[in-house]
Amino acid sequence: MARIVGGITTSHIPAIGNAIAREMFEDPYWKPFFDAYPPVRAWLDEVKPDVAIVVYNDHGLNFFLDKMPTFSVGAAFEYQNKDEGWGLQPLPPYPGDPELSWHIINSLVAEDFDLCTCQEMAVDHGFTVPMSLLWPDRATMGGLRTIPLVVNTVQHPLPSPARCFKLGQALGRAVESFDKDLKVVVIGTGGLSHQLDGERAGFINKNFDLMCLEKIVDDPEALTRYSIHDLVRLAGAQGAELILWLVMRGALTGTVSKLHSNYHIPISNTGAGLLLLENAA
Amino acid sequence: MTRPSPPEPIPGTTIFDGAMAMKGYALNKMCYSFNEAENRKAFLADEDAYCARYGLNDAQKAAVKARNVLQLIAAGGNIYYLAKFAGIFGLNVQDVGAQQTGMSVEEFKAKLVAAGV
Repeated sequence: MARIVGGITTSHIPAIGNAIAREMFEDPYWKPFFDAYPPVRAWLDEVKPDVAIVVYNDHGLNFFLDKMPTFSVGAAFEYQNKDEGWGLQPLPPYPGDPELSWHIINSLVAEDFDLCTCQEMAVDHGFTVPMSLLWPDRATMGGLRTIPLVVNTVQHPLPSPARCFKLGQALGRAVESFDKDLKVVVIGTGGLSHQLDGERAGFINKNFDLMCLEKIVDDPEALTRYSIHDLVRLAGAQGAELILWLVMRGALTGTVSKLHSNYHIPISNTGAGLLLLENAA
Repeated sequence: MTRPSPPEPIPGTTIFDGAMAMKGYALNKMCYSFNEAENRKAFLADEDAYCARYGLNDAQKAAVKARNVLQLIAAGGNIYYLAKFAGIFGLNVQDVGAQQTGMSVEEFKAKLVAAGV
C-alpha cells in the first residue's frame, strides 16, 4: 500500500526563484534562509519518496476569475511551468502520476469533496519554488512524480481552515488506500504572515507565525478554529495561505514528529517558515 | 434565512470578494493577459488601445495611467494580477508595498527587517 512518509511546509515567494536563478546562496540577505534547507534535502535523499503532492495556490497562471475552483487536483502526465509575467524564467516540466491522481480524485469525491480535475494544468511559482528548494538539482529527483493540489486563495470566500484540514485528512486516507507500494510526501506551501496589498502592505506577525509553527506539529486542531477573516487580520491578506499548510498536516494521520524547522524574517514581504514532519505508521 | 453579520473591517485591507471580483473583472482580465510577452509588448506599444480593448472603465484607465496601486485596488484590481502589471515596469512587491504605504523602498525594506527583531 502507499504510505505518507512525511510532510514539509515551505514558503513559496517568487523572489526565492529569482535568488535561486542568480545563485545568491551566500548573499548575506539570503544565506540564513537557504542554509535551512540542506537537512530537509538530506532527509528526502534518505527516504527517496516516489511521489510529492504539492498543495499550493495558483496566482493567476492556470486559473482566472472566469472560472475559480475552490479545490483542484492535477491529473496529467506532466505539468508545464510558464511565464507569469514578471521575470521568472519558466522551468522544465514536472512528471505527474495520473493513476494516483485519479485514485485521489475518486476517494475525495466519494468523501464529498467536490473537485475540479485538471488534465492540463500550468504550475506557477507556488509549485516550482518549493520544488526547486527541495530538489535543487533535477538530476537528483530520480523518478519522483508530482501531483498538484490547488486551493483558491485569490477570490473570497476561501475554504475555511477547518475545511482544509478535513480535506487533508481525506487526502491522507486516499493515499493510504492506494494499492501500490509508494512513498508519498505532502508539501504544504506558502505563508507565513505577509500582506502585499493596501495601506497595510508589509504586515508581518512574528508571534502568530511562531505559534503556528508550534501548533501545527502537535495541535493542528487549534489552528482550525480560526476563520479566514481571523487569518487575514492576524497573518495578513496573503497569510491566509496557512490553509495550505493545514491540508498537508491533515494528511499526516500517523505519529507525527518534527525533524527540522526554521523561521526567518524577512524574505521579500514575508515571514518565511520551513518545517519537516515525519509521519510514522 | 439568517446570514452571519459581516466581520469587522481590517484597516488598510480590501477583501477581494465577489463584489470586488465583479467590479475589477475587466482590469484583472487585462492584467492576466500580461502572462504572455506579446501582450506586454502590445500594452507598451499602445496603452490606451490596449485598455480600451479590455473595456476598462474610466477609474480603471486613470489608475493604470497613474500606475497607482491603491487606486487600482479600489477599482477592483486583485494584487496577484496587478503584480503582472507592475512586472511590466520591473517593479516587485517591495516597490509596490513602498508605493502603497507612502514610504521609500529603503524605508519599506527596513520596516520588514524590523518585523523580525
